[in-house]
Amino acid sequence: MSDELIIRNLRVSIEGKEILKGVNLTLPKGEVHAIMGPNGTGKSTLAYTLMGHPAYEVTDGEVIFKGQNILELEPDERSRLGIFLAFQYPVAIPGVTVANFLRTAVNARRRAQNPEDKGIPIPEFRKLLKAKMELLKVDPSFAGRYLNDGFSGGEKKRAEILQMAVLQPEIAILDETDSGLDIDALRIVAEGVNALRGENLGVLVITHYQRILNYIRPDVVHVMMDGRIVETGDADLALHLEEHGYDWVREKVDNGTPA
Amino acid sequence: MTKETPKIVTRARRRDEAAVKEFAFRQEMVRSAGMSEFIRNYRLQAWQTYQSLPMPTVKEEAWRRTDLRGLEADLFRLPQNEAYLDLAPLPEELMRPIADGEHGGQIILMPGGSQVNLSTELAQKGVVFTDLRTAEEKYPQILEKVLNKVVKPTEGKFAALAAALADTGVLLYIPRNVEIDQPLHSLLWGPGVHLAHISHIIVWLEEGARATYVHEYASPTEAGQTLHVGLVEVHVGAGANLRFVELQSWGENVWNFTHERSQVDADGNLDWIFGAMGGQLTKNFADLDLIGRGASGRMSGFYFTDGQQHLDYDSQQNHLAPNTTSDLLFKGALIDRSRVVWQGMIYVAPGAMKTDGYQANRNLVLSRDARADSIPGLEILADDVRCTHGATVGKIDPDQVFYLRARGIPKVEAERLIVEGFFDPIMQRIPFEGVRERFQEAITRKMEVYHG
Ligand SMILES: Nc1ncnc2c1ncn2[C@@H]1O[C@H](COP(=O)(O)OP(=O)(O)OP(=O)(O)O)[C@@H](O)[C@H]1O
Ligand SMILES: [Mg+2]
Repeated sequence: MSDELIIRNLRVSIEGKEILKGVNLTLPKGEVHAIMGPNGTGKSTLAYTLMGHPAYEVTDGEVIFKGQNILELEPDERSRLGIFLAFQYPVAIPGVTVANFLRTAVNARRRAQNPEDKGIPIPEFRKLLKAKMELLKVDPSFAGRYLNDGFSGGEKKRAEILQMAVLQPEIAILDETDSGLDIDALRIVAEGVNALRGENLGVLVITHYQRILNYIRPDVVHVMMDGRIVETGDADLALHLEEHGYDWVREKVDNGTPA
Repeated sequence: MTKETPKIVTRARRRDEAAVKEFAFRQEMVRSAGMSEFIRNYRLQAWQTYQSLPMPTVKEEAWRRTDLRGLEADLFRLPQNEAYLDLAPLPEELMRPIADGEHGGQIILMPGGSQVNLSTELAQKGVVFTDLRTAEEKYPQILEKVLNKVVKPTEGKFAALAAALADTGVLLYIPRNVEIDQPLHSLLWGPGVHLAHISHIIVWLEEGARATYVHEYASPTEAGQTLHVGLVEVHVGAGANLRFVELQSWGENVWNFTHERSQVDADGNLDWIFGAMGGQLTKNFADLDLIGRGASGRMSGFYFTDGQQHLDYDSQQNHLAPNTTSDLLFKGALIDRSRVVWQGMIYVAPGAMKTDGYQANRNLVLSRDARADSIPGLEILADDVRCTHGATVGKIDPDQVFYLRARGIPKVEAERLIVEGFFDPIMQRIPFEGVRERFQEAITRKMEVYHG
């Protein structure tokens, strides 16, 4: 059993077009890695592929977590194994309240452990949800609202982190969770992530902005370009990118010295 | 390239020309013994109308999408007295209270017999809540006042049939300014292969009255056809307030025809809810007539069809006075090869200014072979009105399923959750936990069928 997520030579196509061209990345639990890179280079493709979105076709490679190739698992099995994706564009589910949805998700986990499980008792669930909502400074009325339906951009992102807090994953992929957040919301979300940080959680932060990395300090920063990880460094790499953009990385790649 | 002249092949299209069968009902079946002359005449005239009208065929606009050629019309007979002794018994769970608190009254209608309960308190206030036969015997003066006022037997073959031959039904009469808190509940249990259950429901609220009434139709699934023909007439007096819930969970081989109309007088309000779960074929005409200034009505429908079910709703929101408001929302899910038709019309009469009419029909079609037709319509003959309508036919969005699965929820459960969510806004309109639960159970059951 390995306590890390290992991505090996991952190649992914969508509608016959290759987007990921051999991604290699190892994320140990307990660490925070950031992925940065220009628009359209495949960051979300990587995130969706890790979660098992059916539109993305894996043509090569493997992703090992807890001793198995998770690419062979259904999306819900991956989730129950401990993988979590905070979506760049969370999906609205009209008519299903945040509370009802989260209780269903918690119960799905319990039932996977024990098919006889009767589900989390309602008072216990309420307590859990209330605690997590307080942690993330989410308004109590949130629980009764339809999931992501009519949520503002910031509310959607906060709801993603609330879900993460309730489901307690071991690997969390945050796809541009910082986009669309105001300064206060950003701080709250980042504090939430930090509160969940620990030995038992590995985090992959996909972002365009150095800003969030001031709050969630990464151990490693990767640069993705044209479907590959082309540069890897420490937290200072993000600062450098913020200041100088991606041109220097592109030149380096073009000169044939890939990371 | 040679130019070919298209070859035209004319072939006589061979259609299954089997005709719609006629019922075998006879004039002797019109009950008249011991009845007031008024009622007798009402029935006999309805019978004559029934006889003069042909069985509807798909050539008639209102029946274009509902074909009666499969109906074994000639085989149906009326139940005999005490017929319930030989028929499938009423299941316990249908007796379960539908409302959260106490019922003000409950009526169980079974072929050839019925049970009636009404709290003494309500009886003392002059409330009448009884079965049709008792009403004929004990309250002819009320029937004389209300019969023929809302639906005319001349409106259609089935309306005439129900008016002429109804041998079961309910009379709910609430005197002026009597307000009832506890809900009233009635249940029509209609078992029996080739039995015809013909019912007449009359609800009459005098000025300023208030009530909540839940009426259910149910039967087991049996190995042959069963018929229900129903007439539902509702009058909400000036300033009166009625919440009326109709639930249908017929067995799978029931052919169900209903003509319904509610009229609402000045400043009165009606909250009308329809739930359909069962039956082989249903054709329902439901009209809301807003007859007095300031009257308002809301019609909410939910259904979930499976197998070869066919459900055809024809609704009318008739704004016949100024300042009237109507709001219709019908939502349903379809699986297997089932078919739903909803044809709605908002009519605004000349002079009915400042009316506000809304209608929407939303369908979730889950199986490739299921089909939903939504046909909204507006006919506006007055100025200064606001009428809007909408109709959508959709599928389960795979992105929604993926999102839920990404949270560990298995596919089957994710789809069920999405379907439940689809119905939630309509569920919020249902005032009783018991009714919501019954529908929830039906959704779960049908989603299990859907997932195999
Ligand atoms: N569902 C899809 N259908 C068609 N093309 C897609 C789909 N998803 C992604 N792509 C294409 O794949 C490429 C990579 O997209 P992806 O969303 O992974 O980029 P990204 O790095 O996340 O970009 P951004 O920073 O803008 O979020 C793009 O060219 C995009 O148009
Ligand atoms: Mg992206």
